[in-house]
Amino acid sequence: MVWLSPVIALTLTALMAMIVFAAAGLNPLSSLATFILAPVADLYGVAELLIKAAPLVLIGIGLSVGYRAGVWNIGGEGQLILGVIFGGYIALHFGTDGGVWVLPAMVIAAAMGGMLWAAVPALLRTRFNASEILVSLMMNYIAQLWLSWLVFGAWRDPAGFNFPQSQPLAPGALFPILIEGTRANASIIFALLAVILGWVLMNRSFVGFQLRVTGLSEGAARYAGFSTHRAVWIGMLAGGATAGIAGVGEIAGPLGQIFPTASPGYGYAAIIVAFLGRLNPVGILFSGLLMALIYLSGDLAQMSLGMPSAITGLLQSLLLFFLLTADVFIQYRLRYTAPARATEGAAA
Amino acid sequence: MIEQVIPLVVATLVAGTPLVYAGLGELVTERAGVLNMGVEGMMVIGAIAAFAVTQATGNVWLAVLAAMVAAMALSVLFAVLAISFRANQVAVGLALTIFGTSLGSYLGKPYVGMALVVEPSALMQAAARLPLLGPILGQLHPLVWLSWLLFAAVWYFLYRTRRGLVLRAVGESPTSAHAIGYPVQRIRYFATLFGGAMAGVAGAYVSVLYTGLWTEGLIAGRGWIAVALVVFATWRPGRCFAGAYLFGGATMAQLFAQSAGIGLPSELMSALPYIATIVVLVLISRNATVMRLSVPASLGKPFSARA
Amino acid sequence: MTGSTHPRPPDRLELRGIRKAYPAVLANDDIELRVAPGEIHAVVGENGAGKSTLMKIIYGMVQPDAGEMLWNGREVTIASPADAQRLGVGMVFQHFALFDTFTVAENIALAMQDEPAIDALSKRIVEVAARYGLPVDPGRHIYTMSVGERQRVEIIRALLQNPGLLILDEPTSVLTPQAVETLFVTLRQLAVEGCSILYISHKLGEIQTLCDRATFLRGGRVTGTCNPRQESVAAMARMMIGADLPGYRNRDHAAVDCIRLEVLDLSLPTSDPFGTALSDISMTVHGGEILGIAGVSGNGQQELLAVLSGERTLGPRDAIRLDGSGIADLDPGRRRARGLCSVPEDRLGRGSVPVLSLADNALLTANRDGAVTSGMIRFDRVAAFARQCIAAFDVRCPGPDALAGSLSGGNLQKFIIGREILQNPGVLIVAQPTWGVDVGAAVVIRQALLDLRDRGAAIVVISEELDELFEIADRIAVIAGGRLTPGKPTRLTNRDEIGIAMSGGTLTVDVTKEHRHSAAL
Repeated sequence: MVWLSPVIALTLTALMAMIVFAAAGLNPLSSLATFILAPVADLYGVAELLIKAAPLVLIGIGLSVGYRAGVWNIGGEGQLILGVIFGGYIALHFGTDGGVWVLPAMVIAAAMGGMLWAAVPALLRTRFNASEILVSLMMNYIAQLWLSWLVFGAWRDPAGFNFPQSQPLAPGALFPILIEGTRANASIIFALLAVILGWVLMNRSFVGFQLRVTGLSEGAARYAGFSTHRAVWIGMLAGGATAGIAGVGEIAGPLGQIFPTASPGYGYAAIIVAFLGRLNPVGILFSGLLMALIYLSGDLAQMSLGMPSAITGLLQSLLLFFLLTADVFIQYRLRYTAPARATEGAAA
Repeated sequence: MIEQVIPLVVATLVAGTPLVYAGLGELVTERAGVLNMGVEGMMVIGAIAAFAVTQATGNVWLAVLAAMVAAMALSVLFAVLAISFRANQVAVGLALTIFGTSLGSYLGKPYVGMALVVEPSALMQAAARLPLLGPILGQLHPLVWLSWLLFAAVWYFLYRTRRGLVLRAVGESPTSAHAIGYPVQRIRYFATLFGGAMAGVAGAYVSVLYTGLWTEGLIAGRGWIAVALVVFATWRPGRCFAGAYLFGGATMAQLFAQSAGIGLPSELMSALPYIATIVVLVLISRNATVMRLSVPASLGKPFSARA
Repeated sequence: MTGSTHPRPPDRLELRGIRKAYPAVLANDDIELRVAPGEIHAVVGENGAGKSTLMKIIYGMVQPDAGEMLWNGREVTIASPADAQRLGVGMVFQHFALFDTFTVAENIALAMQDEPAIDALSKRIVEVAARYGLPVDPGRHIYTMSVGERQRVEIIRALLQNPGLLILDEPTSVLTPQAVETLFVTLRQLAVEGCSILYISHKLGEIQTLCDRATFLRGGRVTGTCNPRQESVAAMARMMIGADLPGYRNRDHAAVDCIRLEVLDLSLPTSDPFGTALSDISMTVHGGEILGIAGVSGNGQQELLAVLSGERTLGPRDAIRLDGSGIADLDPGRRRARGLCSVPEDRLGRGSVPVLSLADNALLTANRDGAVTSGMIRFDRVAAFARQCIAAFDVRCPGPDALAGSLSGGNLQKFIIGREILQNPGVLIVAQPTWGVDVGAAVVIRQALLDLRDRGAAIVVISEELDELFEIADRIAVIAGGRLTPGKPTRLTNRDEIGIAMSGGTLTVDVTKEHRHSAAL
């Protein structure tokens, strides 16, 4: 039952995609087939899928911990950028002559950076009751401007023909490649690790139970003595750490250097990934792969079908909207057709 | 001296206007107990609709109308899911923003880099000849003047009319309002649609009159700032109106800094409105008593007459 | 007023064969009800008997599936509260339909069909208030008023619409005994003036005092009508619950032990403008006794519960002492580990999470004793605990996997109280233990509290229902305006005395002596 709405949403999104293709004068069915299958037709394509899915899954897991606890972290994008900045700093300053510790240091710094950025809304929420939604979102814009300032200024590659980009990262500061001949790198391992840790945390541990209770009913959490402040901190920091690691994974992986646009909107897309995966770690694994596929297909549509690249974002956001709609309709049917707790209703 | 001040005043008023529209619209919506966080998305849709219509017809007023209709269409979507079907308002608002932003950039692709030339209207030329305020009014589009009228209208509606009282009552306690016979859901629909229409106007203002140039990310968080502005205003139209210009000023900080001869990184200047939003949110939210007495008690909570 | 052979005017209201079904329950079935002009008519029934549904039908908030309604002999359809008001039906809600941050006049204006100007309306409010002895200030904000004052606003609002029928839903649950008498004077005056009154209640004593006729509901059906002045309470109880009122085992036994819970000069300001500040609260509770805390709702009960349970922690740890050691700085989890458990007033969304299973809800507070080992949940043990609780406290449900929200109020409350009792608390704090539950469940719950007391626990029962406190408490203290009177042995006090203290009155001198005496025991 839980998975009914994602399936409905996916079907509706596919239908919408076909309508868009038809409107552009293409054969809807064969275009859709191309759209879905062509990007993963070979090993290289599959590897591309994996390296796109890895950050989405990673951040999706982190955000889902918060969402389960009723903590609305929509600052994944900014936290990812902080991962880029902190990880990038280590890579640029110690990458060339550092030893084996450079990579671990980059990952740790990136996680710290993401957590630092997430700590701001967490602190302001717990200390001053400021909405973490608005604060975490504002932090995205600030992070983006910070990165721009760095890459347009201090970090600009002197040999880069004045393009806003850093020097290429030293080989020692790049994630090792997992599959020879592709770009699939170690960030995939981080994503899988996050799935396992996320599953244990949310489904087996008492802390996860406390977070779930806090998200479902703050009153019950207070009564039980589960600290709501702690839930905000855990929820926020989980998102920050994962987003930070995802960020460093981009510059130490597919990008190989630092651009002002280091993230193709992964921080926002991960929100969709988390919801589409039903805030369930295993579900997020699959929804992350699916969303990654839409990214690849969007690139492909641009190149071979001549569609604007913005179709990626459009289809992803449609997916989210259809998901919410399907959810709401299914719940509504359940609420009013299944026997409800009517004795309470009659007494109230 | 005056010659230096006037451009700053004009710039502040210009930059604040979209926030006046979007903020007052969201304020009315929230006063009815509905938290629509999709303002950003509605503004983007309003912006592209207005840009496209202006591009095709050259008629700004037609463009504003198109923007209102387009953004209202999104707010209907929100209302159906969040009001009728009682979905989580934060989630739907977020989805609305992501959807509106993506749809806007998809539809806006053909217009990227295009510029609009909007001729000063006859009204503006007439206003420019007024004594004293002429130099300022003459540089402001009538849509700016209308935003002042909107403020007066919203204030009068909320505090001086029966319908305004009812709307506030619905936001305060939908169960009580229902119990004494008011159609809670219908009132919330109207409030939400009004918020949508105003977000549309705000978007139109940004794309057609403020930048006059279509780029992706044109709205740049103004919708979110409008949502924060309503909190900052403690749900009162007067403060919302004043706050809009405060943020407008922050947006124009670069201009101020230049005229004062201060050289700071442009990125820091651009970050000011966002930093200001956070600071202001903290200052207001920290006072639990003020918040408790100001926030519409049912804000964000779905209502059902059947329970 | 009743059964005469002369032709009489048509009934103000007559219901014929009213029926209303919800998905899982038949809320009203074939209801017949006649209310004569100027008659005070009681509708009596337990929680869940269908009283509220019936009232909502008469007031147009709910549409019946079948049946007819006659108003002054003419058949009518009441499709909305506005329709009801136009006919002349006024309603005083149990959960007031008021707007807290609005003034009295604004609240009343909202309910008036003729959209009066606030100034003119204020004059009318003052007039009506004076005429019926219901003083209110039209310019005051609701949130600054006591519950009793709020009820006056509701009544005045209804009266300003010149109702032919006034419905009052459990109006005395928020009043002191003295305020109840004042209310009755007002209602009798209204009845004499020709206004019919429908009085919804489950308090049989009040019905005997006030009402001309009573209609009894049980399980959605009418089980009888009578003249309450000519029936005994026992006979009426049988009509209401279908059985004799059950008694309690060991009701009077109280072997007072040493002090287990002690509160000393506790004050707590409030930052919430809708809250109540606590001042100079002191109390001692001994093992083997139940201390009842009476009071009109909104006088600091919630704040007191929060402070005792640990939801609100305090700096000076010795302000609250459990078995001799300070605990005021500990959170609810740590207090529970030391043997202090609590049950909140709100079952759904505080005492339990409605969308979680009973097993998960057991884990909410029963998370020690091996239910969690090295941070991981032992699901088998949690389920076993839930099963034990279900069996021991007669919780009627499909099993530990049933969602808390799917249980009836009484069964869920039995589960929640059972969950706390099974943790063997040395001190148990309970708020409104039987609010809104059926008589059967109430008996199980009160008996469980008595049994726990007899095992040596100290129990604090915070309740707005005086009858309940007189039934189970060994001592009664009163909270009013955030202050707590010393406790007085139940057998040495009475409803009137407690009632005076509930409205902030004075009985302390006398009681203090008594308190010293009992503390010295």
